[in-house]
Amino acid sequence: MKFLDEYRDARLARGLVEELRRTVTRPWVVMEVCGGQTHSIVRHGLDRLIPSHVELVHGPGCPVCVTSLETIDKAHAIASRDDVIFCSFGDMLRVPGSRGDLLTLKGRGADVRVVYAPFDCLRIARDNPARQVVFFGIGFETTAPANALVVQRAKLEGVTNFSMLVSHVLVPPAISAILESPENRVQAFLGPGHVCAVMGYTEYEPIAARYRVPIVVTGFEPVDLLQGILMAVRQLEAGRHEAENQYGRVLSREGNAPAQELIHAVFEVCDRKWRGVGTIPASGYRLRKEYRDHDAELRFEVAEIATSESPVCISGPILRGAKRPTDCPAFGTECTPQRPLGATMVSAEGACAAYYASGRHLVLPA
Amino acid sequence: MCLAIPGRILETYDHNGLRMAKVQFGGVTRESCVEYVPSAQVGDYVLVHVGFALSVVDQAEAERTFKLLEEMGQLAELSAPEEPDR
Amino acid sequence: MSSTPFGDCPLPILDHKQILLGHGSGGTLTSQLIESVFLPAFGNPVLDRLDDQAVVELPGGRVAFTTDSFVVTPLFFPGGDIGHLAVNGTVNDLAMSGARPLYLSAGFILEEGLAIDDLRRIALSMRDAARAAGVQIVTGDTKVVGKGSGDQVFINTSGIGLVPPGVLVSADRAQPGDAVLLSGTVGDHGMAIMASRESLGLGGTIASDTAPLHELVACMLDACRDLHVLRDPTRGGVAATLHEIAGRSGVGIEIDEGAVPVRDDVRGACEILGFDPLYVANEGKLVAFVPAAGADVVLAALRAHPLGRDAVRLGRVTDEHPRHVVLRTAVGGSRILERPYGELLPRIC
Repeated sequence: MKFLDEYRDARLARGLVEELRRTVTRPWVVMEVCGGQTHSIVRHGLDRLIPSHVELVHGPGCPVCVTSLETIDKAHAIASRDDVIFCSFGDMLRVPGSRGDLLTLKGRGADVRVVYAPFDCLRIARDNPARQVVFFGIGFETTAPANALVVQRAKLEGVTNFSMLVSHVLVPPAISAILESPENRVQAFLGPGHVCAVMGYTEYEPIAARYRVPIVVTGFEPVDLLQGILMAVRQLEAGRHEAENQYGRVLSREGNAPAQELIHAVFEVCDRKWRGVGTIPASGYRLRKEYRDHDAELRFEVAEIATSESPVCISGPILRGAKRPTDCPAFGTECTPQRPLGATMVSAEGACAAYYASGRHLVLPA
Repeated sequence: MCLAIPGRILETYDHNGLRMAKVQFGGVTRESCVEYVPSAQVGDYVLVHVGFALSVVDQAEAERTFKLLEEMGQLAELSAPEEPDR
Repeated sequence: MSSTPFGDCPLPILDHKQILLGHGSGGTLTSQLIESVFLPAFGNPVLDRLDDQAVVELPGGRVAFTTDSFVVTPLFFPGGDIGHLAVNGTVNDLAMSGARPLYLSAGFILEEGLAIDDLRRIALSMRDAARAAGVQIVTGDTKVVGKGSGDQVFINTSGIGLVPPGVLVSADRAQPGDAVLLSGTVGDHGMAIMASRESLGLGGTIASDTAPLHELVACMLDACRDLHVLRDPTRGGVAATLHEIAGRSGVGIEIDEGAVPVRDDVRGACEILGFDPLYVANEGKLVAFVPAAGADVVLAALRAHPLGRDAVRLGRVTDEHPRHVVLRTAVGGSRILERPYGELLPRIC
């Protein structure tokens, strides 16, 4: 597949690893922000290919993992209703709330449907005029334009039986929160490539300057990630701290202006609670007043549910890059993808789940 | 996060006032909304996430970067010992 | 089957378009179903006797015996239907012991409301698959459950076959030094099912690879009698199979990600949905563990057969990291190939 296969080429990867070896002179800590980047790194074994001077830590960029327990419980309550067709991305179905996950609910007879594109929900709503169709609108800024479009079209076309349960999260406030933490060890970031395809990377320039950290906006394939790491290390070795673009074939500094306009027409910034981290101010999107008719949280009276997390879970420090999955005593034993205790094990992109899927909980005999 | 992959636009059409396209990914196709990449034409590659095109792939930029990567790759081959054949 | 009067009604309506509860109650409706759907499709001297059991002659030797149940949505998909799966699946389970498949049973649990035309179509597919595999369906059963209690059709097939003398194929026989061979492209069936669920909107026709593998196995045995392990990687894909064999044989396995053959259309669908082809189901492929000395001839035998033309050497068995499967990635890194967990769900992350 064009523009994909070339970035999985072994020879190019070796070239980058060699160049990295020639460039690095002392230890550095680099964080990749996106869950998809974590997934790719672990899947391809990249962190074991690069020189040991460069330590990769994993960031909070997994919108599935960081969706608050309260929101999942609200989704569960709405999906349990007989009159509701609950539509969601596949990733969210196995995330456990206080009462189990959506997949189990589906098994018990609730009409829970996996959709690939949120846009498909409008057709489902039109095909089922007597039912309420609710879409679970999670994601980072990457998914925001697609989600915004559905709500906008629903209002425009009078699809009154459609509503969205919104739980968007934003990347820049999360990066600032990590950098503000006194225990922060991260010296450079691989920025989120697809988020920036939408938003551009102007928001990261003041962060790079203020905290003096290089931020290299990077893609997801092995060659992209290795090149991003190389660019970050070159900056670190030279004492530079700029926002740079590794993923030039797909994004520009300003991003996609029409898509940004669409987002801002439908959503507005709000505070958002991140599972495992806590509330980060101005770190989420919610529907603007004009679209509140299509806000599932307002349409369905869902009482506040008291939730509690496992005391054993160290998702918080893991999401901030302060600890690794392998630092957790429950990793791979009490806590597995089958029985996740917290945020970072619940989705395939969470650091703990990614580690587990690549057998990092196992110690192979030498 | 953000599983988005590049695909080739085979045709475009209108759906209720929105510009849509049939996009090819390897050997399958899928409908995607291309309203928000107005410069995209048939034959272009676009980055698609959940049925929504986010940007047009800049082929010239891709080639430019590629040349640099190729050079690094060749250098590595010259300096590193031969990998045993698998 | 006894023939009881259909209640007190003097003129029972017998020409139904859909399955009714009565079709499973052993009376006139059941007989009618058997005579109009199953006998025309499967008819053979043994089945036609309609005894409660089938009596067949078997030459001496080891008998392979297997059972499997089949549920799939949608019932009909590119490349086949549940009927093909039900026959080929059981034929393949027998073939994985090196056995020559001979006789099958077919038990149906039908949901009230199922279109009889659909059932007829499924029965004909089973007939076609059975003929292609050289097996006979010699006994069966039908039950009906109320609407909402079943997923349209559940089919159970059990099968018996004969294992040739001197053939000892078993999950615990993999040994360090063995070559791991794969008979062809992976992910076809699972992605065909995914793609035909219209809710995902994937265009193009990815077809299931459902096929009987017993002849392919016979060719492999001709090339090398001492095959150690044969497995068809169905649910959970190649990853599940390798994991199973590593565990049962207590050995380590190493494979090359770059060697795995994947069709373009399957690849595209996997990339869109975020699936790893190694975890996707197959219905017409096998994995073989072969002593190193026999690897080349068996590979050649595979490639000479239409069902094995894309066969590859996938990896090797090692005494390092016993019970674990290690994958060498396309870019030269490595990771442990973990066991799959649960149903594959499309992801956006």
